[in-house]
Amino acid sequence: MRGDRRGSAASGHAWSRSAGAARSSGFAGHVGAAGTAGTTVVHRASVPTKLASLAVLGVATVVLHGLVPAVTLLLVTVGLALLARLPRRAAFAGLRPVVAVVVVLGAVQWWQRGWMTAVEAAADLTTLVLGATVVLATSPIDDLLDTVVRASAPLRRVGLQPELVALTVMLMLRTVPALLDLTAEVRDAARARGLGRHPRALLVPMAIRTVARARATGEALAARGIGDEPRPRSAEPAL
Amino acid sequence: MTVTPENESSAALPAPVVRVTPAADVALVATFGALLAVCSLTSITIGLVPVPITLQTFGVLLAGAVLGARRGALATLLYLAVGLAGVPVFAQGAAGLGVLATPSVGYLLAFPLVAWVVGLAVERIRHPRRWLLSTLAATLAATVVLYLIGVPVMAWRAGVPVSTALAWNLSFIPLDLVKAVLAAVVGAAVHRAFPDLLRRR
Repeated sequence: MRGDRRGSAASGHAWSRSAGAARSSGFAGHVGAAGTAGTTVVHRASVPTKLASLAVLGVATVVLHGLVPAVTLLLVTVGLALLARLPRRAAFAGLRPVVAVVVVLGAVQWWQRGWMTAVEAAADLTTLVLGATVVLATSPIDDLLDTVVRASAPLRRVGLQPELVALTVMLMLRTVPALLDLTAEVRDAARARGLGRHPRALLVPMAIRTVARARATGEALAARGIGDEPRPRSAEPAL
Repeated sequence: MTVTPENESSAALPAPVVRVTPAADVALVATFGALLAVCSLTSITIGLVPVPITLQTFGVLLAGAVLGARRGALATLLYLAVGLAGVPVFAQGAAGLGVLATPSVGYLLAFPLVAWVVGLAVERIRHPRRWLLSTLAATLAATVVLYLIGVPVMAWRAGVPVSTALAWNLSFIPLDLVKAVLAAVVGAAVHRAFPDLLRRR
């Protein structure tokens, strides 16, 4: 695991280390959010605008074929990254997971289709990942999750309340560190019994304790009346 | 049927209605979303297999096997939404919309369908004795569904013929079989511990 907080996203320990990992602000560090305070035009743009631009970028890389469009889009994205004053470290942290993919993909394409296709494929992939990194680094994670919740508003029609979605998201984020601790505990227990390489000794207790935890959480929520708001089409218990 | 004292007392007292509260479902969906994140971030070593394997697919199959179709699919959807929004929950701590550009995106986006398929089959199991084999059939079928979506998308995104993508996919098959078996075994164990987890059809 890397020592610095910014680049530690590649490891699950990023969760357990930071004390308040469950709080969404704890994640801000991971996306290299050096400048989440609105300083540049890119920072000030609304999250939906940025996400829509990213979608357009994605469609453009798929629809436009050829070397020139691919390189143009890459240059535009690099320009946006410069405009957003994206720290070099954040840019590399975002690109690191796909470097291997870009290299392998480029090599395969070079071998099978020639260097032009290889450059195009590599440029397209780099464009999208860099674009996504810019969006993430310039948007507070809270706003991004808010956007997820707002985007889930149409789900109201199929019986999902946006507030409930927000609650579920927060609950999930809070649960991850706890489950990581649980995993470590169960792993130690299995090792202590000499069953370190027996998946059942690890996974069965882990799954059962996870469900037990979910049950307890559900009861705690129900006891606080959360999620029990009258629903338009709530199924009455059959008597 | 004779009226026994037991029946009388149960008539006098309010029946213990097991209410399926939204809160219980919310907790299960959120917890399994978190479990998916944990499964993607941790790896285990099995027997003589030299490489540690990540449990991401196992988690998806388990979500379907434990929660059933609807809640299982919702848990994977939640996981995907949180990951795409930038929280590091994907394999190797990857996150964000950039994941959509990688060739393996098809596998990722197939997860809700995979969990749904497993759940659909599991909800129809009548005999507890057939739990293990039926669940195993379901997880294996769902793995095929995963490939049916993942391989063509990989071919499309990587710009290679489907046959090449299929060849790449071959290397995943042995470990995916292991994960399907594990999901069935663990799912069966969970249902033995919590027999009321599923709403049977």
